[in-house]
Amino acid sequence: MDFDVSPAGRTVLELNGVSKRYATSDGRSVDAVSTASLSVNRGEFISILGPSGCGKSTLLMMAAGLVDPTAGTVAYYDDKGVQSASADLAVVFQDALLFPWRTAIENVKLPAEIAAWNKGDSDRRAKELLALVGLAGFENKYPRELSGGMQQRAAIARSLMRNPQIILMDEPFGALDAISREQLNLAMQKISHETGASFLLVTHSITEAAFLSDKVVVMSKRPSQIVRILDIDIPKPRASTIMNSEALNRYVSELRRILDISGDPS
Amino acid sequence: MKQLKRLNSPTFISFTGLIIVWQLAVISLEVAPFVLPSPLVVAKSIYNDSATGLIFPHLIVTTAEFILGFIAATVVGVALGVTIALVPPFEKYFYPLLVAFQSVPKIAVAPLFIIWFGFGMHTKVITASLVSFFPVLVNVVTGMKSVDERRLLLMRSLNATGIQTFMKLSVPSILPVFFASLEVCVMFTLIGVVVAEFLGSPQGLGSLILQRQGAVDVAGVFSALFYLSAMGVISSALLRVLAKRLIK
Repeated sequence: MDFDVSPAGRTVLELNGVSKRYATSDGRSVDAVSTASLSVNRGEFISILGPSGCGKSTLLMMAAGLVDPTAGTVAYYDDKGVQSASADLAVVFQDALLFPWRTAIENVKLPAEIAAWNKGDSDRRAKELLALVGLAGFENKYPRELSGGMQQRAAIARSLMRNPQIILMDEPFGALDAISREQLNLAMQKISHETGASFLLVTHSITEAAFLSDKVVVMSKRPSQIVRILDIDIPKPRASTIMNSEALNRYVSELRRILDISGDPS
Repeated sequence: MKQLKRLNSPTFISFTGLIIVWQLAVISLEVAPFVLPSPLVVAKSIYNDSATGLIFPHLIVTTAEFILGFIAATVVGVALGVTIALVPPFEKYFYPLLVAFQSVPKIAVAPLFIIWFGFGMHTKVITASLVSFFPVLVNVVTGMKSVDERRLLLMRSLNATGIQTFMKLSVPSILPVFFASLEVCVMFTLIGVVVAEFLGSPQGLGSLILQRQGAVDVAGVFSALFYLSAMGVISSALLRVLAKRLIK
């Protein structure tokens, strides 16, 4: 058996020149993503920025193993840096996708039920997680009784249930108002700090990307390629006041500049 | 107080109104009782049927056929529906056949069943369930196919097995349409049972209607219709209670 050991044993996820080509209805084919390479290290927070329709979500779905790349490979590495076929990962989608027939806590427990955890453990963990995302006291509410922001918080709690190493988020805050969004950004930072998991976040918001991330990946419009990976060297944890700081603004301007030359930023 | 509210309900008001208009029309137009008996005469017939116990053997037979037919239709509808939704070749080769078969009015096939299966209770059950399984099947198929794709993706991302996805996502997702289809199934089953009884049966409400038609006992026919409707109404109400408990 040959083990593929990741460099320095720190990488948890590696995309090697992945491409995704879709056939369109008129028989042509479109490259949603073309030869993208990216490695995600343990505990790292990485955001993916890019113009609409640039294949950010497709890239994320390939990282999640939910979409097969037409070329290139996706590799996962365990604690010891040994390559493994499946990953300990969770996905947060654009919509909360809570099951309307389950209460908040029952939704959060879904991943544990699937993994056949015992009830006591999953109850305890679900309660902790709901408290962590600021939903203590809402355990027995049905999704229809929760606001959009609260639903998305519950979805984040659900994604953390099995304590995944990698959390992949596909524009999870896109549909939220500015205030909920900022609150959730702070919550996310706290969660990333407390869980030590690696995050890959697809977002439209330049400020959000700069504020949360260790690295921001900028993609161009179709055929989508990674044009730049920008390190954000601001010490963490970052207070919300950082949002208007000179340091963050410099990165935001830099990202705007890269997006401009890489295509239509709208 | 609650009772009083009941009396004020629109359904109650329109029912009472209908009966009053019916009674007045029969009196003022001097309609012969063998054409249209008055509500009072019908009510007397309904009461007598119960009081003399005459209705019960018929009611028991029809109820048994109805319940068995309904269960058979539900089981067949769900089993075929789930198979068609989950096994693509089934949908390709078997579903069109079923749809084509469905365009044959099954009531018209009922005489054949008498030749094949005889006059026993099972013939009524088979006829009734053949009439009523299709709405269940169609709704299960459509329901299974309209399970939210994104939720299916979520289940995949959680490494759920096929059975887990079915039990935790598909079944709860289709419950509302499933129960709606069961209400249609109740009505179709009743039709199937009565028609099968028309074709030849010593007992049952359907055969009682024919006997009374022969005797020009119109009030008696109305009475049998009342007991048939009561079966439908009670079954639908039970289904609604069950649905309310299961659907959150």
